[in-house]
Amino acid sequence: MTDEPIVVLKNLTKSFGTNRVLKGIDLSVRKGEVVSVIGASGSGKSTMLRCINLLERPSSGSIEFCGENVLGKDFDLRRYRTKVGMVFQQFNLFNNMNVLRNCVVGQRRVLGRSKAEAEETAMRFLAKVGMDAYVNARPRQLSGGQKQRVAIARALSMDPDVLLFDEPTSALDPEMVGEVLHVMKELASSGLTMIVVTHEMSFAREVSSRVVFMDGGVVAEDASPEVIFNRPANPRTAEFLHRVLDREV
Amino acid sequence: MAFFSEVKKIWLAYYPQLFMGMGNTLLIALVSTVIGLLIGILVGIVRTIPLSRKPLLRWVQRVINFLLSAYIEIFRGTPMMVQAMVIFWGYAFLSGGTTLPLLPSAILIVSVNTGAYIAEIVRGGIISVDTGQYEGAESIGMSHFQIMFHVVIPQVMRNILPAVSNEFIINIKDTSVLSVIGVVELFTQAKNVAKGTFAIFETYAIVCVMYFVMTFSVSLLLRLVERLLEGKSTYTICGSQSDSASMIRITKEDAPND
Ligand SMILES: Nc1ncnc2c1ncn2[C@@H]1O[C@H](COP(=O)(O)OP(=O)(O)OP(=O)(O)O)[C@@H](O)[C@H]1O
Ligand SMILES: [Mg+2]
Repeated sequence: MTDEPIVVLKNLTKSFGTNRVLKGIDLSVRKGEVVSVIGASGSGKSTMLRCINLLERPSSGSIEFCGENVLGKDFDLRRYRTKVGMVFQQFNLFNNMNVLRNCVVGQRRVLGRSKAEAEETAMRFLAKVGMDAYVNARPRQLSGGQKQRVAIARALSMDPDVLLFDEPTSALDPEMVGEVLHVMKELASSGLTMIVVTHEMSFAREVSSRVVFMDGGVVAEDASPEVIFNRPANPRTAEFLHRVLDREV
Repeated sequence: MAFFSEVKKIWLAYYPQLFMGMGNTLLIALVSTVIGLLIGILVGIVRTIPLSRKPLLRWVQRVINFLLSAYIEIFRGTPMMVQAMVIFWGYAFLSGGTTLPLLPSAILIVSVNTGAYIAEIVRGGIISVDTGQYEGAESIGMSHFQIMFHVVIPQVMRNILPAVSNEFIINIKDTSVLSVIGVVELFTQAKNVAKGTFAIFETYAIVCVMYFVMTFSVSLLLRLVERLLEGKSTYTICGSQSDSASMIRITKEDAPND
């Protein structure tokens, strides 16, 4: 980890019509950090994540990536998206392509890599997530956990600087959560910068370098997992953790 | 029976003419369905481009979308027989008397008409593709046209194939209205034969069977194509954990479910 900030959100807001979902988010993520984002349903976690890679257009505020203003007029959005990967709750693999092509198509069309290079890169990351034996399979032929691992390989194949995860294990059967978390832990220890929206408190506690607690569209607390889970400063954090951890036991 | 002997007589005397009409009918229907499909895909894609955030571009998009909707509504909302008259004689009127050659006119009319229907089918198909497919593609930096070309349209094509087959079959039957401008397709030939033999019922009974043979064969053929497009239901797992040299085949039934 370095001190160099890679993603910086300043006073970010987002409204859907009259519904103010993000009410001024300030967040700075440094290279190599693994930031877990926790919070109640509807607190705006997904919306914040989707604003970071501009799947949603923020209403106001700023986003900086490596010191560059992402919302600027002449900013190269497509190149930026290759630098900021995203893993979705619903996987979002391309249904019309097999596993290998899912990981190759972006590299070829967006990064302009040769077929050989793209396939080699894809195979490297598919092996890393343990899915290299399934190159010919279609998404509909895979289990949820397998799909999610392919989705992670697809994102990694673009060589991103940051990977965003939006509840990557929430759509999975319990017995498949482990295999995906295992892959994510390995990525975290490899030094990849990750922002992970999650309901997996054990992941937040054990793997992340920082935990952000969101409440009602703002960052209510931002501290180390040790502080968040043992002596949170904000009573709302304590209340939330009490609720979810109670349920887990 | 008198009916059958009359039918046989007409068939033996006129089958070259009737086959020639049938050939033109198939040619017009096939070429027009293919061109109509291309028009429909193009129009469907353009109509689903999200509006730009730049005001000038957004304005241009609105004008184009308006024109395309007008095209679709007008061609869906008027009979093809009337369209044929308006286009064919409208050209003659504007050019001061020269008419378009018949076969190209026929293909033009049916293509443009089919394009209007297929544009709506394609738009429906594009809308029904899960937004997750777009977001997955956007998140790796693909452009709108790349997303359409590589991700959305292939899925749409598979879903709309039955509807497009249906358009093809409709076109085989509806080319008969082109006889109003004198295109020599199967219906025009039937009229000619009936005029020569005075055996109206027998002639049209033959033609009726000929139309049915065409539509039913096309129907069967396209169902076969659909089945082929379904793709393999099996995939190969390369190697296994216990035996690294083995090839295991997994069938759809064995594959894990969601
Ligand atoms: N596209 C949208 N249009 C309108 N409202 C939206 C849209 N997306 C999200 N919202 C609203 O924004 C609020 C926050 O949603 P968001 O998905 O960011 O919450 P979340 O913290 O991710 O919740 P969860 O834990 O349930 O995923 C919700 O009230 C939701 O209804
Ligand atoms: Mg969410």
